[in-house]
Amino acid sequence: MQYIPNILFLIILALGIGYFTLNIKKLIRNIKLGKAVDATDNKGERWRNMARIALGQSKMVKRPIAGFLHIVVYVGFIIINIEVLEIIIDGLFGTHRVGLKVLPESVYGFLIGSFEILAVLVLVSVVIFWLRRNVIKLKRFLSSEMSGWPKNDGNIILYFEVVLMCLFLIMNATDTTFQNLGHGNVVSQFIAPWFGDNPDTLHIIERTAWWLHIVGILIFLNYLYYSKHLHILLAFPNTYFGSVTPKGKFNNLEAVTKEVKLMMDPNADPFAAAPEGAEDEVPAKFGASDVMDLNQIQLLNAYTCTECGRCTSACPANLTGKKLSPRKIMMDTRDRLEEVGKNIDANGGEFKDDGKQLLGDYITNEELWACTTCNACVEECPVSINPLSIILDMRRYLVMEQSAAPMELNNMMTNIENNGAPWPYNQMDRLNWAKED
Amino acid sequence: MSEELKVPTMAEFMAEGKQPEILFWVGSAGSYDDRAKKISKAFVKILHKANVAFAVLGEEESNTGDVAKRAGNEFLFQMQAMMNIEILNAYEVKRIVTCDPHSYNCIKNEYPSLGGNYDVVHHTQFIKELISSGRLTLEGNTYKGKRITFHDPCYLGRANSEYDAPRDVLKQTNANLIEMKRHKSTALCCGAGGAQMFKEPEKGNMDINVLRTEDALETKPDIIATGCPYCNTMMTDGVKAKEKEGEISVLDIAELIANS
Repeated sequence: MQYIPNILFLIILALGIGYFTLNIKKLIRNIKLGKAVDATDNKGERWRNMARIALGQSKMVKRPIAGFLHIVVYVGFIIINIEVLEIIIDGLFGTHRVGLKVLPESVYGFLIGSFEILAVLVLVSVVIFWLRRNVIKLKRFLSSEMSGWPKNDGNIILYFEVVLMCLFLIMNATDTTFQNLGHGNVVSQFIAPWFGDNPDTLHIIERTAWWLHIVGILIFLNYLYYSKHLHILLAFPNTYFGSVTPKGKFNNLEAVTKEVKLMMDPNADPFAAAPEGAEDEVPAKFGASDVMDLNQIQLLNAYTCTECGRCTSACPANLTGKKLSPRKIMMDTRDRLEEVGKNIDANGGEFKDDGKQLLGDYITNEELWACTTCNACVEECPVSINPLSIILDMRRYLVMEQSAAPMELNNMMTNIENNGAPWPYNQMDRLNWAKED
Repeated sequence: MSEELKVPTMAEFMAEGKQPEILFWVGSAGSYDDRAKKISKAFVKILHKANVAFAVLGEEESNTGDVAKRAGNEFLFQMQAMMNIEILNAYEVKRIVTCDPHSYNCIKNEYPSLGGNYDVVHHTQFIKELISSGRLTLEGNTYKGKRITFHDPCYLGRANSEYDAPRDVLKQTNANLIEMKRHKSTALCCGAGGAQMFKEPEKGNMDINVLRTEDALETKPDIIATGCPYCNTMMTDGVKAKEKEGEISVLDIAELIANS
């Protein structure tokens, strides 16, 4: 009988971690629906970017208030999780505060004491975050794409944090032996009197808080997959795979290079038979109309997006009332990718055409054509997401597959084709400016 | 500038068996746009003053394809790029200077994977080089004490992290340089990039260039300095929309330097 709690703990832990692993596998499968990208270059710079941007939060502090509060929650989250290690050992082996057996009292007290202080700081930050979202109503949390689930998601995470931090403090406050120790209960000693001094009641509250705390953490872990909060894991790979070239450099499509070279080669025989093996090649689709046409880094970007809206609040098109919101581009990409993933699950591992795609059903032409490619969104993103690359790939599809550019742009492109300039001037007049007054 | 400018071509250099120090990539705007032509002329004036042996491609130059690429037409871009690369390589061009950040970015970053490798420099970087090597000296009185604010072009600034060269050059004029609230990496686009120059903006409640001009007007400038022909047009239009064209002039850094 005495092993029942241990077995129960093991089952809960296995379920929690098992379900999370299943979802992570799904996540990886979904990302792999995109085109493979070679990101094996610049290893040193990539590791440095990850250390600086994800671990070091260097871009968060560009907005000092949100940045500082975020660092408090982030540091608190990571450090308090050391406590989870103790909880897991205690849970599995039926020990109680195993740390006290391993560490000197003073060291253990120092650790738990700092966790308690962090817990309070996290609580304060989370309350301010909640006020910013719900009372002060910062503009960037109010866009049209931030209604429904995205709005609730933001708040649910905050409630989770409050509950977890409170449970941690209650658990410490009602642990009589820990309170008697007089080490590390810097905060919980003030809460302890609220719960009276009946040892039985205290024990029940302590056990309840302890169990709820670990179950809460496991639920939170599994909540991540469905939430914008996935960034706490994906920010790391995402900053590693983020661009290491100048922002102005847009990739050259290799499929196009092949065709253009053939067109420009005076010796090429246009009627020549396709080379051996070429029949098997799927004809290249230029640009992107759905998530499978995007690359794996772009899809990883979509899962990493925290919907903080810094991109949108810096977007010149958005600032002047146009429909484009880089954040929405990322959210749409993730939503569509999830939809495709569910479709694959429902159809035994294969995607069945659902008559929908990212372009048109999620992202409209109007949004795409409003972009000035100014890179403000890319610059702003605290976790190296590039909404612009998705916009460009979709423009490529519109122009090269559908010839659906706005008319003025078609005129401009015809001019370049015919005269080598976006305006209808003769190429022979290119040096006239030097002769004019 | 009533005297005719001497603008030698690569073909002329080639005929004499010589190689210029730099190729001046004029760009489509610099060749055809009335406002941008003045920038090209001002830059040529600077080149003459500093005794730089330069040449242009002239009739052999074609559009870089940058704007086609941003509009999504990769075919047209690569055709233009490969034609230009063929000519540039035939002349064995090493160093290219341009007044257009879009050409600068495109030739510098996107031509290499198509076989075009050159040392590409923006004119503000080149002017800075000329000044610091002592080849170009300024009197620095024309703009002394004037309030100048510099609008960062997206394709020089954020796209290629060049924020200092234009500012260093402007400081040489002894002007009073005042920053807008959004500057350097947080600068707002003029609204012309990404092929927007060639189409009507999408529906909204304001034009981007007007918003950007408001940023500039907050600094109460005498002059708005630009380093891109498109920015110049957009800011000039913005100043007109705000009916300030009598008080505030929009000038490219090349023009400011040529006049001082």
